[in-house]
Amino acid sequence: MDALLLSRIQFGFTISFHILFPAFSIGLAGFLVALEVVWLKTRDERYWRLLRLWTKIFALSFGMGVVSGIVLAYQFGTNWSEFSARAGHIVGPLMSYETLTAFFVEASFLGVLLFGWKRVSPGMHLFSTAMVASGTLISAFWIMSANSWLQTPAGYVVRDGIFYPADWWAVIFNPSAPLRLAHMVMAAYLATAFVVAGVAAGYLLKGRFTTLARPMLALALAMIVPLAPLQIFVGDAAGLVVRDHQPAKLAAMEAQWKTEVMPLRLFALPDQSGGTNAYEIGIPKLGSLITEHSMDKPVKGLLEFAPEDRPHAAVVFWTFRVMVGLGFLMLAIGVAAVVLAVRRRLYDSRWFLRLLTLTLPIGFIAILAGWYTAEVGRQPYVVYGLLRTVDAVSPVAVNDVALSLTLFVLVYLSVFGAGFWYMVRTVRTGPVEVPLPALPARSGRRPLAAAAEAGEAL
Amino acid sequence: MTDANTIVLIMAGIMAFAVGVYVVLDGFDLGLGILFPFVADHDQRDQMMSSIAPFWDGNETWLVLGGLTLMSAFPLAFSVILPAVYLPIIVMVLALIFRGVAFEFRFKHHPRILTWDVAFSGGSLVATFAQGVVLGTFVQGIRVVDGRFAGGPWDWLSAFSLMTGCALVCGYTLLGAAWLFWRTHGALQERARALLAPLLLGLLAFIALVSIWTPLASPAIAARWFSWPNILLLSPVPVLVAACAYAAYRSLRGAPSARPFALSVGLFFLSYAGLAISLFPQLPPPSMTLFEAAAAPESTSFLLPGLLVMVPVIVAYTWFNYRLFSGKDHADSSYEH
Repeated sequence: MDALLLSRIQFGFTISFHILFPAFSIGLAGFLVALEVVWLKTRDERYWRLLRLWTKIFALSFGMGVVSGIVLAYQFGTNWSEFSARAGHIVGPLMSYETLTAFFVEASFLGVLLFGWKRVSPGMHLFSTAMVASGTLISAFWIMSANSWLQTPAGYVVRDGIFYPADWWAVIFNPSAPLRLAHMVMAAYLATAFVVAGVAAGYLLKGRFTTLARPMLALALAMIVPLAPLQIFVGDAAGLVVRDHQPAKLAAMEAQWKTEVMPLRLFALPDQSGGTNAYEIGIPKLGSLITEHSMDKPVKGLLEFAPEDRPHAAVVFWTFRVMVGLGFLMLAIGVAAVVLAVRRRLYDSRWFLRLLTLTLPIGFIAILAGWYTAEVGRQPYVVYGLLRTVDAVSPVAVNDVALSLTLFVLVYLSVFGAGFWYMVRTVRTGPVEVPLPALPARSGRRPLAAAAEAGEAL
Repeated sequence: MTDANTIVLIMAGIMAFAVGVYVVLDGFDLGLGILFPFVADHDQRDQMMSSIAPFWDGNETWLVLGGLTLMSAFPLAFSVILPAVYLPIIVMVLALIFRGVAFEFRFKHHPRILTWDVAFSGGSLVATFAQGVVLGTFVQGIRVVDGRFAGGPWDWLSAFSLMTGCALVCGYTLLGAAWLFWRTHGALQERARALLAPLLLGLLAFIALVSIWTPLASPAIAARWFSWPNILLLSPVPVLVAACAYAAYRSLRGAPSARPFALSVGLFFLSYAGLAISLFPQLPPPSMTLFEAAAAPESTSFLLPGLLVMVPVIVAYTWFNYRLFSGKDHADSSYEH
């Protein structure tokens, strides 16, 4: 064990927890905006109760996202100081802009979202919810830009081993950034939609809150049905960027060792040292068709890269397959939902509802699997092809990192375990009745007028 | 002075501002957590937490801004300081996790309320102490060779850094008590009034201790303060400290107001200025200057406009938030969302 390996485990462990919360917060904030708009338009009390239920879950998720995010910002210094010294000129400003344009927006309007019901008008409250939701998206924009720059660096010059920005536009919109942002945001919405659908299905199966569970399920499926196929399409496009810019990562994702026409491997046990696969099952030529959009174009294999430049094929191959497999399961569920909806069996088809309770976490599993594909596939580099992970680590003692990693594991499992349990409890308690806030008369003021009034009150 | 150096100074000013705002805003949050054991009544604890529930997240965001501005504007300093204070930083972020989740968890589960009270209070105390240790380590200086941290894993542990840890605990608790005195009422407010005087005296003692200790330990700091004409030019600093403390002490007797809070912030500002006078332009002391640690102009020129535009905007809506949730009755922010 050395400080490098332990630091990698620590970063992987802390980011695996962290990524779940902002992803859930992105999706839930969008869901809250939808619920609040529908409620204000229809004045249907069911939406008010749903809004309050999911606000509680959102508050838990958001709080855990904030505290686990600070850990990551400071870990760049504590464990990856060489990375900070060399790439800080580029990555630092991107994350500073994230703080300036997203974190403060979220944090400030979150106060109004959670506690402002009696202090601001409904229009102002909706505005605050929308601001929190847009804050989560702006945050995703900057952090995906920074992370994508590590995958497909652009717009930089290197002097004395340090990356300096040469063209900020090229840095921010580096080749993989736009598609990876779209892929991540859609993944967040899908993951949230599967949680909402799973909870609603659970209520329907038990016959609890059925009048509220139906619109909940409908809203979730309205998200899943179009997004599941679109996500596969965007994922494929993102894969083509990997093919063009990160050939070693693509070869690892497909466990392609030799440069040859590639089958679509359904199963394989990649052998890193031997440079081959055991127990390979595949459909001939289909891999080339998907990756190169041509049946007889060869795909570059891992053996063309020096052994020390190869990502770990088994990890990348299997995490990629888990993600893609879950993506197609989502598509199948979307198709089934459409068929059932056409037959008007959506709310009483027990097998489908049971399936939805089982698939509740699949969005998050897919996010983690995809994240590992992207990050492990980038190895052995932290900046693809340019800065090795081994050259990015801090000069810290192995015992210090062993101690901190142990503390992180203990604290994360207990604290975030408790948080998860409180979410489950909140869902079990369900959408309890909450007194309606006073709403202005229907024909009366529009939200904008109410917002202006709130402005005057200052 | 060249333009590049001017930009470096502006960036340093913005970073100092972000850290200063963090210290004041999260300072009273954390201080309030440290005060929990001194307030036994559950309703009063609810009242305390509700008084900061809408703000704590925004307050903590200044810590992220401070850290990331350091990374962006002074990447070499960031890459040297953080490994030097590895364990205090890890302990701080872990303690902030306990403190932060307690806001949500505490009201979710009443049988476990004591657990989350301990998490909130203990997290606040440990995070504050760790921040004080980081400050002390920074003031004492960090061993740098060839632009890299070259010290040992326990360099941060010293009598001085433990003392500054205690000093910050005392200072944040003062801010927390002054906040309660200002923003709550009844028995809790009187409790805060009773705690303010000893806390004020404690902070003064720590300020005096640091003022004696640092020039004795560092000839450079002694020369900075006691050479002519500096001794004359800098004499307002200790005079203002004494004036602030006296005014704060006086204001405790009268009707409750924001005055003790404002004057405590004044004491923090003067102490902060004092440290800046002692250490400028070292970042980190003793062997690196902020001009050496600064990022390249092509990096700062991208970040600077964003900071200059966004920081005032952020200050504006932070102010909006504090106005919106002003007033002493926080029944509606007591986690009934």
